[in-house]
Amino acid sequence: MTRRATAAAALALLTGLVVADLFVTRPNPYQAPPIFAIGSGAVSSGGFCGALPD
Amino acid sequence: MTSEGVSDGRLHPHFRRGGLVLAGVLLVLAVAVLVGIRYGLMLAIGLGFGLALEGLRFGFAGPWRAMILWRDPAGILAHLLAIGIVTVGALPLIAARGGELVGAQAPVGWAMVAGAFVFGVAMQVVLGCGSGTLVNAGSGNPVGLVALPFFAMGSFAGAWHLIWWTDLGALPGINFAGWTGVAITLIMLGGVATLVWQLAAPEHRSIPRRYVVAALAIAALALANLLIAGQPWGVVYGLGLWAAKGATVIGADLSGSAFWSAPESVERVRASLLVDYTSLTNIGIMLGAFLVASWRKGGLSQELPDLPSRAWIATIIAGFLLGYSSRLAFGCNVGAFFSGISTGSLHGWVWFAAAFAGSVLGVRLRPVLGMEGRS
Repeated sequence: MTRRATAAAALALLTGLVVADLFVTRPNPYQAPPIFAIGSGAVSSGGFCGALPD
Repeated sequence: MTSEGVSDGRLHPHFRRGGLVLAGVLLVLAVAVLVGIRYGLMLAIGLGFGLALEGLRFGFAGPWRAMILWRDPAGILAHLLAIGIVTVGALPLIAARGGELVGAQAPVGWAMVAGAFVFGVAMQVVLGCGSGTLVNAGSGNPVGLVALPFFAMGSFAGAWHLIWWTDLGALPGINFAGWTGVAITLIMLGGVATLVWQLAAPEHRSIPRRYVVAALAIAALALANLLIAGQPWGVVYGLGLWAAKGATVIGADLSGSAFWSAPESVERVRASLLVDYTSLTNIGIMLGAFLVASWRKGGLSQELPDLPSRAWIATIIAGFLLGYSSRLAFGCNVGAFFSGISTGSLHGWVWFAAAFAGSVLGVRLRPVLGMEGRS
């Protein structure tokens, strides 16, 4: 067996994850933030490894 | 038999490669249109990270291993170069646009130090850090593929227990800010670079051009990540979120965790993966690595390694520990070491020291656990 099989499995897992998530929650492009955070005036609010809950 | 674009039943490399690039562009455009332009750009940045890391054979675990085993400093010097470039761009911007842009700032504590040490051990066992495991999985490395889901589960579990661990004791967050922060960080980076150079074997005292190119590319992408998402490049949070979503789908109740029951966590678990910045860059890294491996001649035709059972057990345990420990340590090589130092957080420096010490042990454990193959 070659890496072709394992790479295909990784791709399939990733696709499955995204597709399954789309079945649960649909993103709404009309609620998308401005393109750049810098200059947007909005407070950064994404999840990050270093952040503790408020 | 050969027909137009098809040779021996396989697409001609030009068509295959053109198709791969087209698929990547279409995917970014689809996310930009269906989710939002910012999210499409974040996926593109992730693809860029994957292309740079796999295309230039650059990472974190390998260069640390090279320094420990062969006193080859090239990769670590490239890390320091990339971190220095990001520092010069990021710290003044964060100081000027506080709130819109945030750093990877976290407190130094007992659990943080222990977590970084364990992460260093585990990343040398599987020879992949946060970004490295994604790159390895995307390029068909079976160890990376097996480690990745356990990494995600570990990240989820580590976040679940995070408050308990941080309550063991931590200093207040110590951060270097603005141009003073730039000066302090550059002096410290210069000091480490000098030390690494002094410790290096004389025959290894050089940096290959591809490492310099990789450092410049990674730095540019990390700065773009900050300007677009408002936060630095990270990996581990996204993986834990994937596991949290999976746990919710199968009916798990997350209200018992102070971390996962916090309002912002509940909202992120409920929202689409495609609006989470670290998830988007993680997906992009895997796809970028897949693209390079598919593009590269012989990239996917390598035989899988013949590893003993104990190596696969070690991969599963190390994968889980990578995720768990990196949550306690407030990040992996990317979120804590790279982004922490470059955005002025003292915890990035402490992480570096503790994880490097762990790596020294991990390098020695790797053959014992059968990770080098059957003897």
